[in-house]
Amino acid sequence: MKIIEKDALSIAGLIKGREISALEVTRVFLERIDKVEKKVKAYINVAAELALSRAKEVDMELADGVEAGVFGGVPIAVKDVLTTRGFPTTCGSKMLEGFVPVYDATVVERIGRAGTVMLGKANMDEFAMGSSTENSYFGPTMNPWDLERVPGGSSGGSAAAVAAGEAPWALGSDTGGSIRQPAALCGIVGLKPTYGLVSRYGLVAFASSLDQVGPMTRTVRDCAALLGVIAGYDPMDSTSIPGELPDYVGALTGEVKGLKAGVVRELSSEGIDTGVRERFGETVSLLEKLGVACEEVSLPSFAHGLSAYYIIAPAEASSNLARFDGVRYGYRAPGESEDVWEMYDRTRAEGFGGEVKRRIMLGTYALSAGYYDAYYAQAQKIRTLIVRDFGRAWDEYDVLVSPTSPSTAFKLGEKVDDPLTMYLSDICTIPVNLAGIPALSLPCGLSDGLPVGFQVMGPPLEEPKVLNVAYALEQAIGFDARPEL
Amino acid sequence: MAISIEDVEHVARLARLKLTEEEKETYRRQLSDVLEHARKISEVDTSDVPPTSHTLPLRNVFREDSLRPSLSVKEATGSAAWAVEGAFKVPRII
Repeated sequence: MKIIEKDALSIAGLIKGREISALEVTRVFLERIDKVEKKVKAYINVAAELALSRAKEVDMELADGVEAGVFGGVPIAVKDVLTTRGFPTTCGSKMLEGFVPVYDATVVERIGRAGTVMLGKANMDEFAMGSSTENSYFGPTMNPWDLERVPGGSSGGSAAAVAAGEAPWALGSDTGGSIRQPAALCGIVGLKPTYGLVSRYGLVAFASSLDQVGPMTRTVRDCAALLGVIAGYDPMDSTSIPGELPDYVGALTGEVKGLKAGVVRELSSEGIDTGVRERFGETVSLLEKLGVACEEVSLPSFAHGLSAYYIIAPAEASSNLARFDGVRYGYRAPGESEDVWEMYDRTRAEGFGGEVKRRIMLGTYALSAGYYDAYYAQAQKIRTLIVRDFGRAWDEYDVLVSPTSPSTAFKLGEKVDDPLTMYLSDICTIPVNLAGIPALSLPCGLSDGLPVGFQVMGPPLEEPKVLNVAYALEQAIGFDARPEL
Repeated sequence: MAISIEDVEHVARLARLKLTEEEKETYRRQLSDVLEHARKISEVDTSDVPPTSHTLPLRNVFREDSLRPSLSVKEATGSAAWAVEGAFKVPRII
């Protein structure tokens, strides 16, 4: 098996065993990027020089007998929503074109300390708003399985990079499905951790009560390992959960007999494409064969999840994105402005793309006098009902399952002019963010040659259980298809 | 839930966004569509339901107010479009 086809833990083992140097590994991935990037466009900025010098450092540490971090020399792609000190961070926006942060996001610092080598910053929908990566100011990313289709979004660059062998693993962020949906559409594994488990310090804020950083990988084992690197308390994030971390990789026993799984009716029947439904049904049968009791469960509040989300997330975004005013960093409209107000108006009109403006307008409307109670306050109450429905389900079930996305990868341009249809792409993933629970997407087969994702959801901080169920399924499914590029 | 051009202009003013006439019409139509869909949540009886603003059982998080390393003035102003002698410059305010 070629290096670019290997999972991250295998590469880490080869480097540790001195069978290959960190520099060789980095070169192999940079060559792969050179070869396929024209077709896929997974990266906004490739950090070739930085990566090569970092890899040399790792090799020197290894030669000196120094422990070069748990994953010394393993390359990684980082979604361009995370700040990287001294390296451009654009968030897929003209507003931050050329912006070079003065500090590292906590997760970036942690993957650095673990010895990983950042290959570059991955493409994304502008400010993580979108489900197709078509909203990037720098142009869309193509799905490696079919270059005429979207990779999903907003972490579409991260997902495509891993699927195309342009990185063995990646970091993404998930506000309403932005890790899991692109993972599903690109045939990889993606986990949105419990809200508060992974630090948001240095994650450019979209909707602060929903945003979480998480791993995007080839295998469940890699996913568990990368979670172990990035998770844990951070005093720089006031919503960070204190406490000891479990051993995520150690939790992967594959033993799931006796567990109970609820199949969420509201997320797995109406509006789900036939091909997705078929693969999903087969995977539920597999789960039963593994000794997991599966039965259908109805969580009625989920019917309103999408509406509540598309009020709450834009409302938080309209407040968060007020910071982009052309004063302290980022774009400022060129030319004379009459006064500071005109400078703000012009900077924001020129710096933000269409979808970002749309969400700022939507959120501002929902928060404005006369509409606050009908929209924002009501959406927050619906959020309570969703939290309660999940809570009741955990009394009965260990995990809940559903398809990750109602369809496989759709065509570029197919939904981009119709916001409501695009928003419906997130229908299966949104309740998880509203309740702050962990959920993972796992490839469960192909439909018409395109990957289908299977979603496993668990109670807060039960990542070990979610990962282990996914691990057992992964072994049983044996998904080994790869895109041809 | 149809919203008017005036609504769009009001919201754009609040959000500090200068919109073209064409954008105003597009957003009027698209926001009406999304709000029409979102309007369905008003049918749910939530009279006894408290709101959820976030999902953690955390309350205020405090720390000692002690000196820690921080960015220099040069670093903090280095990314600005227009900074002079450690200050951010903007056009006329009043």
